[in-house]
Amino acid sequence: MMDKLKTVKILKFHPEKCDGSLACERACSQVHFKTDEGGDKSAIRILKNGNSYKMHVCDQRGLCLDMCPVGALNRKKNGIVWLDKDICIGCQACVGFCPIGAMRKSDARIEPFKCISCGACVRACPNGALELIEVKIDDIKKVVYHKQGTE
Amino acid sequence: MAEGQIPIEEYETGNTKHKWDLKKLKFAHRVIFEYNYKKGEIKRGYANRTLYLNLTKKEIKEKPVTEDMKKKFTGGRGFGLKLMWASIKSSTRWNSDENELLITTGPLCGTTQYPGSGKSLCLTISPSTDIICDSNVGGFFGPYLKFAGFDAIEIQGKAKQDVVIVVDGEKGKISVETAPLEETNSHLINEQLTHMYASENTDKSRQKVSVVSAGKGAEHSYWGCLNFSFYDIRRKLPRMKQAGRGGLGTVLRDKKIKAIVTKIEKFDGVSNNPADPIALAKVGTKLHREIRDLDRHQCNMRAVGTVHLVEIMDEYDLLPTENYRFGSFPKASKIYSPKFFKHFTKIIPDGCWHGCTMACAKTVDGFTVMTGPYKGQKTTVDGPEYETVACCSNMSLWDPLWVLEFNFYCDTYGLDTISTGTAIAFYMEMYEYGILNKERCDGLELCFGNGEAVMEFMHRIAQGNKGEFTKIAAKGARRVKDWLIKNAWGTPQLIEDCGMESKGLEYSEYVTKESLAMQGGYGLTLKGPQHDEAWLIFMDMVNNAIPTFEDKAEALHYFPMWRTWFGLNGLCKLPWNDVEPANNAETDEPSKVPEHTQNYVEYQNAITGWNVDKEELILQSERCYNWQRAMNVWLGRGRRKDDWIPYRSMGPVTEMEYLSRKDRYDKQLVEKLGHSEKEVEKMKIKEKIELLYDYRQAQYQKLADAVYYRRGWTPNGIPTPQKMKQLGMDDPKMLKLLQDKINEDEKAGLNVWGGKYGKGEKPPNIHLKYWEKW
Ligand code: SF4
Ligand code: SF4
Ligand code: SF4
Repeated sequence: MMDKLKTVKILKFHPEKCDGSLACERACSQVHFKTDEGGDKSAIRILKNGNSYKMHVCDQRGLCLDMCPVGALNRKKNGIVWLDKDICIGCQACVGFCPIGAMRKSDARIEPFKCISCGACVRACPNGALELIEVKIDDIKKVVYHKQGTE
Repeated sequence: MAEGQIPIEEYETGNTKHKWDLKKLKFAHRVIFEYNYKKGEIKRGYANRTLYLNLTKKEIKEKPVTEDMKKKFTGGRGFGLKLMWASIKSSTRWNSDENELLITTGPLCGTTQYPGSGKSLCLTISPSTDIICDSNVGGFFGPYLKFAGFDAIEIQGKAKQDVVIVVDGEKGKISVETAPLEETNSHLINEQLTHMYASENTDKSRQKVSVVSAGKGAEHSYWGCLNFSFYDIRRKLPRMKQAGRGGLGTVLRDKKIKAIVTKIEKFDGVSNNPADPIALAKVGTKLHREIRDLDRHQCNMRAVGTVHLVEIMDEYDLLPTENYRFGSFPKASKIYSPKFFKHFTKIIPDGCWHGCTMACAKTVDGFTVMTGPYKGQKTTVDGPEYETVACCSNMSLWDPLWVLEFNFYCDTYGLDTISTGTAIAFYMEMYEYGILNKERCDGLELCFGNGEAVMEFMHRIAQGNKGEFTKIAAKGARRVKDWLIKNAWGTPQLIEDCGMESKGLEYSEYVTKESLAMQGGYGLTLKGPQHDEAWLIFMDMVNNAIPTFEDKAEALHYFPMWRTWFGLNGLCKLPWNDVEPANNAETDEPSKVPEHTQNYVEYQNAITGWNVDKEELILQSERCYNWQRAMNVWLGRGRRKDDWIPYRSMGPVTEMEYLSRKDRYDKQLVEKLGHSEKEVEKMKIKEKIELLYDYRQAQYQKLADAVYYRRGWTPNGIPTPQKMKQLGMDDPKMLKLLQDKINEDEKAGLNVWGGKYGKGEKPPNIHLKYWEKW
């Protein structure tokens, strides 16, 4: 019952405020790879979308949780889907099965990485285009495999 | 059923829990001999050394892996063949002191990014066939053996008392220890040893241990399999996969090995030290995505594993029922995959090695055992797989729970489900004809459908029951044929025709009567009738894509070579064609799955740093395939007479079988044998059976001619020295041996084509010694 009330923070994007300067990506690659290259080393990607922009990032739905053979993926107390890279054996199952491609792999190392809702990108954005909002885990949670048949 | 996203700690199997006094078990161990080694680095997929143990001489040593060895034998099964060639004799039999048990890995084994990359390849001289048997098996042992420092483990000699062999990759130490108190049956000893040897009392630590064992059944039969464990952190128990065929477990127990344990300190996604980890992750992820998007529309492996085949085989008249008399059965829908899906545990990554998202290794947790020593206990059953279900259909057992019961006991007793099921199905048919009866079966009513009798028979085997039938029947269909014929029970031809074995090994579970190519796929094989060399039934029978002998021979060249390749590298075959790219049907050669073939080219290059193409992959196999055949020749087999197959695999043996598919056979008498419909109408069934019999036997011999020719062998099936040289396999001892055997055949008049060629037909080559002109 308690689970039903559990929440998690996910990123929300306001495209109208974004100027495409990618400060968020640079901040994120600092978090994950101690570099401000952004791009492939950032868990968040801001992509051109016609005249505007769109955000591509993990929404903590957790479909990957049931994929990990060694238990490197867990939902933390705060609801975040967390990849423990000391346990991870780099199989890419989570990368391959993430339905939105938000579990990412950089060429820098074999273990994937993902958004941990740390807020560094939110703080880095000069225009306030990003925000962390709280949602109920139950509303976003996804399990879509191991069914027999095509549904 | 669980909804998914259950924390790992919280999942419960509901199994009966065991309490072991591990301290007491361990305390009873006495180290007989041991060896310390320097831990090394894996370089581009190779540990670059193999481990040799001699239990008789109490010797342990390391053997280097040379560049020449990699070039000629690639790895895995190839290494196994190379090592055996140097260690055994042509007179070696399964229970000879010098017979070896080998577990090998392969350069791609232990990769986590590409699905299906954790296979071990096991080899020995088989009790069933007296030749080399090789078996491909999942579980963590192979990858861990390599990460502990060895590309293969080679065990020769026999211990005097029950031992466990421990390869401790954490400490860099090999030890051979007495193990008097452990259980023998696999589901128990694997658990005991996993807990005993894990460095810490955690699931993560237990996951770094893998055990190989064989149960009580392996001690008293020729059907012994090896159970390879893989610890499941969600179910919190060591699960197991079987190296099933040919009696590997029988050899393990003959050597008095209770188990082999390997453990490692740690490993990660690049423990193989691949030449190009980036390319590797790319090709692996591509396949993960394909499986994600397509599996549920194709084979449903992730949901039900190989069991999805049951309904397909039934539909195409290929599901063996009542000892292969029929290929479908009215009751078969009771064991279709949805019936097992109901029982399978869901929402758990079911790969037999990390990263296999094909995940076909299903289990039923909390299964209540119905008979025998574990009656009433709740346990996890690993499987069933298609073959096991089809064995039950062969024995006419149509209740999923009996399938699970059979599956559970076969595994824990270390009995190969395929050999056990196929042989019992044969005994049942003999029982039906009165050739066997209750008295001759030690009081067992071994008739079709009697699950209780099947289980009782298996329990008796495990107990080492001394009944005449139990003892002989546990040695398999070939020995029972000899026994029946010796006693003059039944006509020899009926017995020979019905018992589904070739080379002494029982058939796996497909009806091949209407596919000549697949008859060859079972008969013209190295180790015996197992479908791992070729599966051509649809291509041949359904799609009629390989109509001529030449076409069939080409398929029986290409596919066995291609499939051998998986075993040289430590891979599983399933991710090659049990999921196919969406556009596969539009490619030039859909049956080869060209895109996946290209994946494997990239994959092998990414690990080894080589620069091979797809032709080179086939060459890698051809070297080892011919080498293995040549070794079989050396061991006194490996010729046309040894590629004999029982008529039950070619056509209808009995009138009932003929009648059950009368229209089909009548039509063939007209269309293929050229009789008029009127003639056929007048014929007696017996006569029609005989006509078909002669025709189909002759077809098989012509097929053998075409295949031997395609493979570059003599008309009697011996690899020619010229072929070996072409492949770069220039071992002088081997070349001389082959030439000697060919000369022997020549003298005996055996170097001739086997088919009778009528007007307008000709053998593959008019020169019998065609290869001498190369
Ligand atoms: S890549 Fe790592 S985290 Fe992802 S499924 Fe594999 S082991 Fe788990
Ligand atoms: S919240 Fe943190 S981890 Fe997620 S995208 Fe932003 S910076 Fe990266
Ligand atoms: S496909 Fe099945 S048998 Fe092959 S590696 Fe994956 S889980 Fe194991």
